[in-house]
Amino acid sequence: MKRTPLTWYRGGGLSNLLFLTPMIIVFAVFSWSPIVRSFVMSFQKTNLITTSWVGLDNFENVLTDPLLGTAVVNTLYFAVLALIFGFPVPLLLAVLMSEVKRGKGVYSALAYLPVVIPPVVAVLLWKFFYDASPTGVFNTMLGWVGIAPQPWLQSSASAMPSLVIEATWAAAGGSIIIYLAALLSVPPELYDAAEVDGASVWRKVWHVTLPQLRGVVFIMLILQVIATAQVFLEPFLFTGGGPNNATVTVLMLIYRYAFQNSLGGNYGEATALSVMLAIVLAVLSFAYFRVTERWSST
Amino acid sequence: MTSRKRAIVAGFTALGVIASLAACSTGGSASGKTELRVATFPPGADAAAYDAFATQEAQFEKLNPNIDVIGVEYEWTGPTFAVQLAGGSLPDVFTVPFTDAKTLLENGQLMDVTKEVTDLGYADKFNPIILDAVTDGDGNIFGFPRQAYAMGLQYNRELFEQAGLDPDSPPTTWDEVREAAKAISEKTGKAGYAQMTMNNTGGWQLTAGTVAHGGRTQVDNGDGTYTSTINNPGTVADLEFLQALRWEDNSMGSNFLLDWGSINQEFAAGNIGMYTSGSDLYTALVRDFSLAPEVYGLTVIPTEGEDAGTLGGGDIAVVSPAVDDTVKAASVKWIDWYYMQKLLNKDAAIADAKALTEQDQAIGTPVLPVLDRATYDESLTWIEPYVNVPRDQMSGFFDGIFDQTPVGEPKGKTQEVYALLDSVVQAVLTDENADIPALLTQADKDAQALLDGE
Repeated sequence: MKRTPLTWYRGGGLSNLLFLTPMIIVFAVFSWSPIVRSFVMSFQKTNLITTSWVGLDNFENVLTDPLLGTAVVNTLYFAVLALIFGFPVPLLLAVLMSEVKRGKGVYSALAYLPVVIPPVVAVLLWKFFYDASPTGVFNTMLGWVGIAPQPWLQSSASAMPSLVIEATWAAAGGSIIIYLAALLSVPPELYDAAEVDGASVWRKVWHVTLPQLRGVVFIMLILQVIATAQVFLEPFLFTGGGPNNATVTVLMLIYRYAFQNSLGGNYGEATALSVMLAIVLAVLSFAYFRVTERWSST
Repeated sequence: MTSRKRAIVAGFTALGVIASLAACSTGGSASGKTELRVATFPPGADAAAYDAFATQEAQFEKLNPNIDVIGVEYEWTGPTFAVQLAGGSLPDVFTVPFTDAKTLLENGQLMDVTKEVTDLGYADKFNPIILDAVTDGDGNIFGFPRQAYAMGLQYNRELFEQAGLDPDSPPTTWDEVREAAKAISEKTGKAGYAQMTMNNTGGWQLTAGTVAHGGRTQVDNGDGTYTSTINNPGTVADLEFLQALRWEDNSMGSNFLLDWGSINQEFAAGNIGMYTSGSDLYTALVRDFSLAPEVYGLTVIPTEGEDAGTLGGGDIAVVSPAVDDTVKAASVKWIDWYYMQKLLNKDAAIADAKALTEQDQAIGTPVLPVLDRATYDESLTWIEPYVNVPRDQMSGFFDGIFDQTPVGEPKGKTQEVYALLDSVVQAVLTDENADIPALLTQADKDAQALLDGE
């Protein structure tokens, strides 16, 4: 049949469009226009009142800023630490929890609890735990086993690991739930067969569980890399990027460009760095889509 | 449902959403009065402060029946200012610090009020050094300086007593500050001395310490250019002072990531013996941080060295550049009535003090005069019966402040340079092997690059 405006209308085209309109407006106003606007702004110098075009100056300034190197290295450091701490821990906990016969629900609830706590509240709470005096919560606990008080956030060397520990604690619950769900999909016959072959618990995990989870594990890995590239909340609330710029991340730097220097903040440079970060993340996301496509098709 | 009916339902749904979005942006007055949105207090102020404001608002509206005053919670923060201004959510009347006034003025972000200031007769009454902060190259005036402060040494009298020190004779030299800090931290386990380090306040306080040690961090060349002099003996002396307290005496506690708000919080909680901050801090400490008034002590910052002085600042009541003439006129009326009259008119001063005391708000907090000193001294006698701040606990400041040389904050890229200095202070306090000359050489180079840019 030939498509005419009438068939479009009779087929419910108009009502579909009308139903979509609110969504389109909301997306356009709150989502797409800020994206376009910030892209445009990365080529401008503006204090939001007066604006002029400056070509690629913002990109040049950002790329020659000595702090950019520090921020990129710090962000990578955070990502690596987050992988070391934050990646195996939830997986291990999920495997252990799946082995538990009774009270599985209680353990899942306990593991998921940190996710329910608002992130800002969690950080303020941990700031209190990280009190570097000998009477601080963690330092008191270390004292019980004879370890000297640690400076935690108050030293360039230990600040970043401290942030990662909190971030891992805060995010582990979500990952555990996903791993637990994935573990349910492992066919029980495989374990039975392994048991018949005389495999220990460890060998069962290594030869059955992990290979069966590889798809989920890989997706979680890429999602985590993308998330850690955007770390902001922890350094912003814990240390403000200090001590001595030890925890300045790329997103912190964007924030500093835009807001630290108060009057007519440097929105151009902030958006220029944002655009560059977005491009890097887009490449990662593209890789993620390609990989997940392959996993789901096999 | 037929497709026509569906289309109608969908249409109404869409309309509903659009209408509710549009409802977000209503404005304008139905009463025919001029709506005037004025800054009140920073977030966190107690309810009594708002009650006192409501009393004053009613008094003003009685005198000016055509103006409807609307109080807006407001705090000067760099990050939000430009966005609020562009987004139109800035109050019509608000205050900005001296340091930022010049830049705002050059950016065209303040309303010209030369005629109004002259008509009200203030132009030749202001302290000329202070008026300079709100005057452009052509002599146009862009605001009303309303309050000034000098840096002071804040101290906790209770901790002084616990450490066996006399709270009525606070330290007068940096060596005495160091001794007192050591005593406090040894006897009480609290931080004897603390220092702001974050969100540009580290640079602000390092600059204050530099000036107190006879140095300057920047030279104004008078032609719109500035020379960074961060690597000077005063700054070195101040950082060495901090280094000694931190690494030799261990008298600075364990938190070296503090800014204006968090250091006040720690001080109000009794965890800090001494720190430097503005002399007008008492009001905020009691109103916003619940400090017990009896533990508060304030004295002048020790000054040492040939060219030593005390860093000072203050703020200016200004009008948003976005308002029309009617609102501008109303704004000036409000500024004159709310901020200025109490400084030079006996009846206004008493009325203001009355309204504030009824709600237990601080009267008599130490400030520096924005008008001439004689007017200031006279105004203090008017409100004497209402003074409720413990001025005897601040006598060290009152006795010494007029003998000190006031020094304004550096004008070139003030906040950017402060931000640079934050990490210098943090490095000295968190790294035992911090190399002060190397840090300052680098900071000086970076600051000069900032000052030369544009």
